[in-house]
Amino acid sequence: MQTILDKNQLHLTIQRLAHQLVENHPDIENVALIGIQTGGIYLADKIVEVLKAINKEKKIQYGKLDITFYRDDIRKELHVPNHTEIPFSIDNKKVVLIDDVLFTGRTIRAALDALQDFGRPQKVELCVLIDRKSSRQLPIQPDYCGKAIDSIITETVKVKWDREEVVLF
Amino acid sequence: MQLSTKHLLGIKDLQRSDIESILTTAKQFKEVLQRPIKKVPSLRDTTIVNLFYESSTRTRISFELAEKRLSADTINFSSSGSSIAKGETLLDTVNNILSMKVDMVVMRHSASGAPHFLAQHIPAAIINAGDGINEHPTQALLDGFSIREKSGTLEGKKVVLIGDIMHSRVALSNIYLLKKMGAEVMVAGPPTLIPKYITEALDVHVEYNLKKALQWCDVANVLRIQLERQNQVLFSSLREYNLAYGVSKKLLDSLNKEIIIMHPGPINRGVEIDSDVADSNQSIILQQVENGVAIRMAVLYLLSEKSQ
Repeated sequence: MQTILDKNQLHLTIQRLAHQLVENHPDIENVALIGIQTGGIYLADKIVEVLKAINKEKKIQYGKLDITFYRDDIRKELHVPNHTEIPFSIDNKKVVLIDDVLFTGRTIRAALDALQDFGRPQKVELCVLIDRKSSRQLPIQPDYCGKAIDSIITETVKVKWDREEVVLF
Repeated sequence: MQLSTKHLLGIKDLQRSDIESILTTAKQFKEVLQRPIKKVPSLRDTTIVNLFYESSTRTRISFELAEKRLSADTINFSSSGSSIAKGETLLDTVNNILSMKVDMVVMRHSASGAPHFLAQHIPAAIINAGDGINEHPTQALLDGFSIREKSGTLEGKKVVLIGDIMHSRVALSNIYLLKKMGAEVMVAGPPTLIPKYITEALDVHVEYNLKKALQWCDVANVLRIQLERQNQVLFSSLREYNLAYGVSKKLLDSLNKEIIIMHPGPINRGVEIDSDVADSNQSIILQQVENGVAIRMAVLYLLSEKSQ
């Protein structure tokens, strides 16, 4: 098992991602942050925490999206659906999708489909903690990336939120 | 996550974990139904036939809507105007439809056990939408879901089913489901409409006095008096039934607590339930109908994998 990010690095990376979001979006009130169930929620929670600390007086719009019903492998295996909660309109907003690991790109494909059912955003960006580059099966790339790594398809990348580290095995 | 069964023939065959899976999934589908676009692409490769050999408004519309919200292709069939009149058997009809590549069958039939018979002979997944006086599983699931939504849990809840227990498939499915989920069940109604050995067979309480039954319960599920199934006279008149077993506002006000009122529909106003009760805040009749779509989406979604 190989450690990709330890506790300290993970903390710094999340700080950086949050600051990059603020840098690119001075109008942070007009941005809708959407965490993807379930791994993306942990990262999104942390990023939102940092954003709130930076923009004390501004309101951060934060939602949760579950993509189970939009998966393209529903015939292979049924997955347990999780809760979706987007308590605001995303029409004409800048949406930032947040997920922990970007791998084949199929989750993000499903998330983009799901987003359409909530409205027509002005723009959609993607923020991930780990980018398993060269494993992509669809033309999808992140706009904000914590760390890009090389890995083969049989390996697993796991973000252990309880121990605050990212490992490859 | 997977159900232990390929078909949904009745609550009797389900495990408690199956019921939990269906109720949990339905909760997520209920959220889908609140979205600006109330539709997901999960079943867009699935074709479903709705075979209704018996009349239905709610169940039929609810299933059809659930199928459409899941992006499935649907075909509707009702016995009037079909080849049933020409003498085709049930099995032949269904096999002919299935040869046109249909994946799932939703069926209502006036004969108890019709879907069970079909399940032994055809490969598609079958969902029972009510068979004779046997079971109506999706109704019981949506009733359980509605109680849980309103009061948090089914465990330990006291539920009374009032009315024609003898001829009611809703009652039987509800009893199975509530017992499996840890609720206490009582049946109440005139002795002629309550099966003789029901306590021994299904482990439910029996009460012939409506006021005592209401005083005991947390939830009262008022069943419809099935006028179409009363060939012999089981009570003297609708007026008399209403006086003895009709749920009225006055009766509810005389209790020292507020109970939840349910009804599977269609309501005979002024017979088993009075209008001011049916339309009151205590009644969750319309929420039941709303939840029905989410429950049926969950059932179709969870069975779709095995139909392929």
